[in-house]
Amino acid sequence: MIVAKRKPLEQIEAMLEGFERILIAGCGTCVAVCMAGGEKEVELLAAELRMKGKLEGKRRVIDEITITRQCDKEYLDQLAKYAGEYDVILSTACGAGVQFLAERYDDKLVLPALNTLFIGVAEGPGEWSQRCMACEECVLDQTGGICPMTMCAKNLLNGPCGGTNHGKCEVDGQKDCAWTLIYNKLKKLGRLDVLRKIQPPKDYSVMAKPGRFTHEAFEKAEDEEGK
Amino acid sequence: MNEPSRAEPFEPKVVAYCCTYCAYTAADLAGSLRLEYAPNVRVVKILCSGKIDAVLLLRAFEDGADAVYVAGCAIGDCHFLEGNLRAIDTVAYAKKVLAEIGLEPERLEFFPIPASAGPLFAQRANEMTDRARELGPNPLRNTKGRDAGGKLAPEPDRHPPLPEARLGTLVRHADRLADCPGETSNGSST
Repeated sequence: MIVAKRKPLEQIEAMLEGFERILIAGCGTCVAVCMAGGEKEVELLAAELRMKGKLEGKRRVIDEITITRQCDKEYLDQLAKYAGEYDVILSTACGAGVQFLAERYDDKLVLPALNTLFIGVAEGPGEWSQRCMACEECVLDQTGGICPMTMCAKNLLNGPCGGTNHGKCEVDGQKDCAWTLIYNKLKKLGRLDVLRKIQPPKDYSVMAKPGRFTHEAFEKAEDEEGK
Repeated sequence: MNEPSRAEPFEPKVVAYCCTYCAYTAADLAGSLRLEYAPNVRVVKILCSGKIDAVLLLRAFEDGADAVYVAGCAIGDCHFLEGNLRAIDTVAYAKKVLAEIGLEPERLEFFPIPASAGPLFAQRANEMTDRARELGPNPLRNTKGRDAGGKLAPEPDRHPPLPEARLGTLVRHADRLADCPGETSNGSST
């Protein structure tokens, strides 16, 4: 899941300076789960902005709508009926959603209300941590399901560096050493021999931005259509 | 504006979100005891104080309430175990939001009121009304009728619904084989 966090109210206010008709568009998928930009958060942000505006004597209208997802065209179409009425759309989706919304309604100014943080998991109520950095070449089979690319500050693939300190990282004493975790996990699974295999250098060229992926089944269909 | 010259003196509107099991029962008891308390308080009954949401609290202020309080069970006595603890967190969060907007956070409060405490209910009601009187009218009162936007209805999904996903259902290969009678004989060890 994509984890995001709302920008401070002052920053959002500064972005909206001078606009009178504002639509806040929520996203009901990842950012709803991490309590940053779902229906409820949109309601809260809209109420905050409305009240702040009134207290400061601004004349502005802030409407709100939440769609299932902002990273799928089908759902973005649901805004077509309303988009024309507003000066600006404030999106509470992740960075991808904001961009796709701006692309779909390219005559509108679309502003981000969130800071997108990472791909992560919910560790507990209101607590998330990064677990994947989308490196395009997963090595979790070799590391007992613990990602050295994400958890290790140095992205090491063949065991810990000299800075591991009683299971903590030398870069940040609060963080666990990924390779201590990996060693303990593999020991528990009785698969320590996996560590004897030397991992080749990571191919960072596959991580070139911007990533693009077409499903095989669709590649073929496109080729046939092309002919 | 010169306050005393106005025809009507300021009468605060106070909204009290009361949980069914304690605070609302205490309100009932206050009535049975014939206790007099400020008529400014509007009681809203909620199933549990844990149900209260920051959005609901903000909406009360947006609609012109001068003070709002949430009343739940005494700490450790919640009918739903921890609803009041959640309400305390929600109120604390909403207070922070109010401060951010520029409205006095003191206009909002949480009070634990046990079911047996009729007099305490009356005391809290008076306390909160007095506080609202001191703070003066909510500046949003005058603008509550002005259209400043609201919730839009999303358009219905034009695409046919997807088949229901069987998430969380374990599908064993052995079960699949059992569904095909001819195939089971040469299955390995099921």
